[in-house]
Amino acid sequence: MAFEKIRNLLGRKKSLPGGLWMKCPDCIGMIYRKEMEERKLVCPACNYHFTMTPQERIHLLLDEESFTRMWSNLEPVDALNFEGVTSYKQKLEAAQKETGERDAVWAGVGRLEGRPLVFGLTDSRFMMGSMGSVVGETIARAFEFATERRLPVVFVSGSGGGARMYEGALSLMQMAKSSATIARFQEAGGLYISVLTNPTMAGVMASFAALGDVLVAEPKALIGFTGPRVIEQTIRQELPKGFQTSEFLLEHGFVDLIVERPKLRREVARLIEYLT
Amino acid sequence: MGDAKADPRDFEKPILEIEQRIADLESFQRKASVDVSAEIAKLHEECDQRMREIYSQLTAWQRVQLARDPNRPGSLDYIGMIFEDFLELHGDKAYGDDKAIVTGLCRIGGRRILLVAQRKGKTTKERMACNFGSPHPEGYRKALEKMKLAEKFGLPVVTLVNTPGAYPGIGAEERGQAVIIARNILEMSRLRAPILSVVIGEGGSGGALAICVADRLCILENAYFSVISPEGCASILWRDSGKASVAAELLKLSPHDLLDLGIVDEVIPEPLGGAHRNPQRMGEILKAKLIEQLDQIDRVPIDRLVERRYRKYRQIGRYQEIELAKLAPTQA
Repeated sequence: MAFEKIRNLLGRKKSLPGGLWMKCPDCIGMIYRKEMEERKLVCPACNYHFTMTPQERIHLLLDEESFTRMWSNLEPVDALNFEGVTSYKQKLEAAQKETGERDAVWAGVGRLEGRPLVFGLTDSRFMMGSMGSVVGETIARAFEFATERRLPVVFVSGSGGGARMYEGALSLMQMAKSSATIARFQEAGGLYISVLTNPTMAGVMASFAALGDVLVAEPKALIGFTGPRVIEQTIRQELPKGFQTSEFLLEHGFVDLIVERPKLRREVARLIEYLT
Repeated sequence: MGDAKADPRDFEKPILEIEQRIADLESFQRKASVDVSAEIAKLHEECDQRMREIYSQLTAWQRVQLARDPNRPGSLDYIGMIFEDFLELHGDKAYGDDKAIVTGLCRIGGRRILLVAQRKGKTTKERMACNFGSPHPEGYRKALEKMKLAEKFGLPVVTLVNTPGAYPGIGAEERGQAVIIARNILEMSRLRAPILSVVIGEGGSGGALAICVADRLCILENAYFSVISPEGCASILWRDSGKASVAAELLKLSPHDLLDLGIVDEVIPEPLGGAHRNPQRMGEILKAKLIEQLDQIDRVPIDRLVERRYRKYRQIGRYQEIELAKLAPTQA
């Protein structure tokens, strides 16, 4: 119900097609839409976690009406004058039109079960959630703000794109920028809970997303450094089943816990209760 | 744009032709005892002139070719030429010893330092052992382990970057390539030791950045530093890695572009015709530059240096800031 309300308020953004029934891309089963929505966009048959819009994610994790967005006045620029098949400018315009957003990041303040915190996310619908200067700067500001106000940070990553190619080495350096501000925040005693969702890859996973004091992953998310297709091309062999999933990372010791979406808010709250 | 099949080193052909003629004349002079030294000198002059012309207007893609030249001096060459009394320290104390990153103690200009250097190898066997310069997580962890040693005992850190990228393989992912790279970047941003990095060949994305978050980042004239390989970029844009030459221009990965963007602090000139034509001279130039840079950063009190490093990375990026008053408030 609550999802409906938010959707009507803010306009449904692309992630799900219309209709009463829909197909799960993982198990290919038909799902009754309403049932899936009640389960927080999780497939009842196979536990596949659908992509959430920023609004849905905020509604899932934060207290009702508690989120105030900050730093949303940053606008990406085409510093390299990047003209491909489609130019960076065109790419940006298309993504902005599609999502109604300036860039792939949200950050602000809110409350989770009553506790104030800094909350942020990357929006995988906007150029695959890739990190350019705006994403890097927003994250840096969010962590600096959290350091000054002594607030915990919960950041939900969903970035298949890694560092954004269209801003060249400027994007690459956002990895250093975001990591440097996180270092200071953590040195000052701040708690950073990083929530990894499908997909979190490359330059994003190789910087801020991996640097949480605690790493929480949603089930079955694709998480890693190099994309599976590139690895297959390089080593010329098929990848094992379940490679680079949340479960794979847990097994190899790189995430602290996997939490299903319906339990995510409570589990993050528990972590904050224990650690602050 | 249809240069997929063309030899990307074509630009050097005129030089190679003159060099061949010089060699022929020299051989003739030796065998026939006829003095043609005046002609040889003239050819040398012409050769230098052509090189100056050609090398002053290299395209980004041509520079990438030079950066990847197998004859270009690599980390081990520089260790022999520049860094004295090298004492290699192996291993990450957790998994293994990655040969794609060499670490150890050495001296330069009378100063003790820790060296961290990416290594591609020269012979086929070496290149295989080094995975062609693509480190695994244990390589990055080894680098960090040794940098912590330098921090504890007050040694400056010098890193030499030369990698096409971190290794893309099953083992690398199993051992947390992304997480380990992230950790290196974070730790280097606050390491309480001076850090000087030089990109000596390829600066491939996160796999390069993981050892060059530094107080000073320099790059050799014919090296590159990029968020993605030109081939990878071309595959994404055109589904055709043959368009890499076009992608190389778009990515602004050449030293002077990087200087303009504020990514690197200094471009180090190479000998005429590139480092591979005169490794000895390249070593001398690099050594002088390293000593000069170390003199500058090593005397700054460490608190100030770390603060300066933080501010340096904090301000990198290009964006516009729209006046808040013009924004509608957003709430969800």
